[in-house]
Amino acid sequence: MSLHTLNKAPSGSSATQDCLAALQAGDALLLIEDGVYAALDAYAPLFQHAESLAIDCYVLTADTEARGLTTLNSLFKAATYSTFVELSCQHHPVVSWA
Amino acid sequence: MSQIKKSFLLINRQAPYGSSAARDALDVALTASVFEQDISLLFLADGVFQLLQNHQPQGIRQKNLSANLAALPMYDIDQIFVSATAMQARGLTKDQLSLPAELLDDQQIAALISRHDQVMSF
Amino acid sequence: MIFSLLITGAPYSSQSVATAYQFAREALQQGHTIHRVFFYADAVHTGSALATPPQDEMHIPDEWQQLASDNQLDLVVCIAAAVRRGVLDDGEAKRHEKNGGNLKDNYHLSGLGQLVEAAMVSDRMMTFAP
Repeated sequence: MSLHTLNKAPSGSSATQDCLAALQAGDALLLIEDGVYAALDAYAPLFQHAESLAIDCYVLTADTEARGLTTLNSLFKAATYSTFVELSCQHHPVVSWA
Repeated sequence: MSQIKKSFLLINRQAPYGSSAARDALDVALTASVFEQDISLLFLADGVFQLLQNHQPQGIRQKNLSANLAALPMYDIDQIFVSATAMQARGLTKDQLSLPAELLDDQQIAALISRHDQVMSF
Repeated sequence: MIFSLLITGAPYSSQSVATAYQFAREALQQGHTIHRVFFYADAVHTGSALATPPQDEMHIPDEWQQLASDNQLDLVVCIAAAVRRGVLDDGEAKRHEKNGGNLKDNYHLSGLGQLVEAAMVSDRMMTFAP
């Protein structure tokens, strides 16, 4: 099943909605770069579909820390670059949403 | 080398001309066809605008992308997919497109992605 | 696992080249293979030998160069995208009658066939876009 990486914030780009629409059960999602803003609680309603599909959701800690984000949607697990590589090995194909 | 055959999905989400993304993706598709790979193109979001007919980019000093897109079937690239949601949101219908493309709903798009070996995004 | 990377964002303008670097470093550390890194579109500026960021900033072209030399990485800069944007090796500089090339050591100019070949032989093709 696919790994989706998303690097844009929910506002100002269709990347988030395009990514979320393309998810299917078994997929994983990793928020990177500006994509990490989507893990803010305010955007939780966007992820109802992902949650119902039991998508494994991750957020890259280096990017949340860089941006001063602390309180995040509990749906997202913290990921390092090491996690990023591991997720890429476990999933196939890897799709970038930018 | 030529025995290796993989399925490639190129995802196009950017409108043409405003950035090089559309041209970049097309060049990759044409190259992959030379290597006799299995190529699919998926147009999402503003990427569907790439498929409009009658581009006339002379005035902005760019080459015509739609002429090249129209030539894709000659390179045996005929698996062309378009997001039905993106089309509807932009008020577009299939008969406005420069290529015979298959409309997919979101679930079909997810399935399309998962059955490819490599996905490249533009 | 064999990875190849496609990078399309410009260094400094977009985070993508730096994220790709961190990914590559980590993948190598985990014992994976990076078959090729392909710099396409605005990412070709990564191969510029003239890039001179302030000393307290990440030197993206240098760091990729170092990673490549430590791990025998194949750093390929798309020739068509690069020549357009003023990134030329000595051969292209001569051919186009320019004073001299500005492509960094450890980077090579080549065509899109290198990207396609990388995707054919790698288990995972990773896109890092702006």
